Amino acid sequence: MTMRKITKIDIITRPEKLEELKEALGTIGVTGMTVTQVYGCGLQKGHKEIYRGREVAINFLPKVKIEIVVCEVPVEKVLDAAKRVCRTGNIGDGKIFVYPLENAVRIRTGEEGDIAIIDPTS
Amino acid sequence: MKKYWTILGLCLLCMVIFVPVTLADETVPSAAATIAPKIDSGDTAFVLLSAALVMLMTPGLALFYGGMVRTKNALSTIMQSLFIVAVVSVQWVLWGYTLAFGPDIHHLIGSFDWLLLNGVGQTPNPDYAATIPHMAFMIFQAMFAVITPALITGSFAERMKFPAFIVFTLLWVTFVYDPVAHWVWGVGGWLRNLGLLDFAGGTVVHILSGVSGLVVALVIGKRKGHGSEAMLPHHLPMTVLGAGLLWFGWFGFNAGSALGANGLAASAFVVTNTAAAAAALSWVFAEWSLQGKPTVLGAASGSVAGLVAITPASGYIAAGPSIIIGFAAGIICYLAVSVLKGKLGYDDSLDAFGVHAIGGTWGAIATGLWASKAINPAGADGLFYGNPGQVVTQLIGIGASWAMAIVATFIIIKIVMLFMPVRASAEEEVLGLDISEHGERGYAYQDLMSGSPVFHEKLAVHHADVIATLKLNAEERGQ
Repeated sequence: MTMRKITKIDIITRPEKLEELKEALGTIGVTGMTVTQVYGCGLQKGHKEIYRGREVAINFLPKVKIEIVVCEVPVEKVLDAAKRVCRTGNIGDGKIFVYPLENAVRIRTGEEGDIAIIDPTS
Repeated sequence: MKKYWTILGLCLLCMVIFVPVTLADETVPSAAATIAPKIDSGDTAFVLLSAALVMLMTPGLALFYGGMVRTKNALSTIMQSLFIVAVVSVQWVLWGYTLAFGPDIHHLIGSFDWLLLNGVGQTPNPDYAATIPHMAFMIFQAMFAVITPALITGSFAERMKFPAFIVFTLLWVTFVYDPVAHWVWGVGGWLRNLGLLDFAGGTVVHILSGVSGLVVALVIGKRKGHGSEAMLPHHLPMTVLGAGLLWFGWFGFNAGSALGANGLAASAFVVTNTAAAAAALSWVFAEWSLQGKPTVLGAASGSVAGLVAITPASGYIAAGPSIIIGFAAGIICYLAVSVLKGKLGYDDSLDAFGVHAIGGTWGAIATGLWASKAINPAGADGLFYGNPGQVVTQLIGIGASWAMAIVATFIIIKIVMLFMPVRASAEEEVLGLDISEHGERGYAYQDLMSGSPVFHEKLAVHHADVIATLKLNAEERGQ
């Protein structure tokens, strides 16, 4: 049995975009995702905090990382949705990383490959 | 370590054994009581409630300080203040009160006549307060002895071992607080005889604690990573709650020091609130204009700075000067913690020195400037009321308090260092003192946890394993 190509997509973006992004991904058929709160730095400058007159530079800013794995849904549709929702045009909108995936396992059933990530109810 | 605990335990046991012996001497209320001054119910109610208000300040201080440390040290910082309520309350009854307020010896210290409160009863002692039970005066003063060493903990926060902290506190209260309280407030005390005006403890409470805190901070050294890592307050709302409790309790501290429900108490209440408010304003505006933001920590710190500064003056000055004293205190203390501390580079973790020593010194000087007999006939006039000599007296009191705090605290902390580790090890500091010293964490959600309840009796062994594992994890994360 030849396995269809599986792709992992990491979207790192502004925390306030999470809900909108989740809805947009749902409309194109992406039903599962893993979300983590992360801190990062890049082109976006941090900010200054003041504690009793002592200034502290905060360089890492809070972001969310959304990890999704797709097989049937075209990667391009995911990228388009993410770009449309997350783009404000300002520095700090985030990054998207795309990786080919070797295998996937559904722990409950032991199924491997594309079948492990396809929603069985759809 | 077990050895020290055994010795400490034996000492406490001996004290308890002697209790019945001393108490047996206490005379039953007799004919002497009939000629004693009459107790005023209003005064007594007021002073007892003021004592309760001052008691609440120390748990309030625990929150004030607890919010300013990092997550991993929240509980250990809170515990230091909380545990001092217990330690000093017992010390005060056993020997603290008699050393501070007992019959005078050479104007330097109280005698042991009132050991275990022997002779301190329900009738008034007119030397201190003629209209309230001597017991009420004693317990009111106990709360001052409690909060003073608790203020010091702000200087050595996040790095002091708990056993060493207990021994230091006991020695410090006995050899620094009790004698200086006697000098300033005890009948026959040399600073009291000299005419030093310190209504509620600018010298005794704030200069002693702030200066001693700096001495300990300098002797035990900076926190690991001080200057290179950002050490941010983990919960400023907790700090604001603590500042609120301090402000509230301070009405008992200052107005209660009138030792009666009278006009002087009302006057002290008003100037206390006014100075706290003025200092909160000036600290926030100073920070706002120099650094661009009106910070919440600045408002909380400013109010405390104002309360510190008004403490010695509260029973001697009018409302007008209280605005000046508070306003100046906010700016002076803000500059002390932002500019002075930065320039000199010492690690006074939570600014016990910058707020209490500096604010207390300013308040003690200001008392000599604005004190007026029109407010308190039992006091004296200050510089602006035609008595420049009062400023000199105040400066002598300030100098004596600073000198005593520096010399005695240095000796005490050095002696403690001879017998036990005072400073947490580098690993313990990285792990946080909550787990290393107390085996607890303040916040269960701070990271992923795994474990299972322990039902057998070898709990201590298990804890040691857990701590070893956590240390290992912390090291791995550090690499």
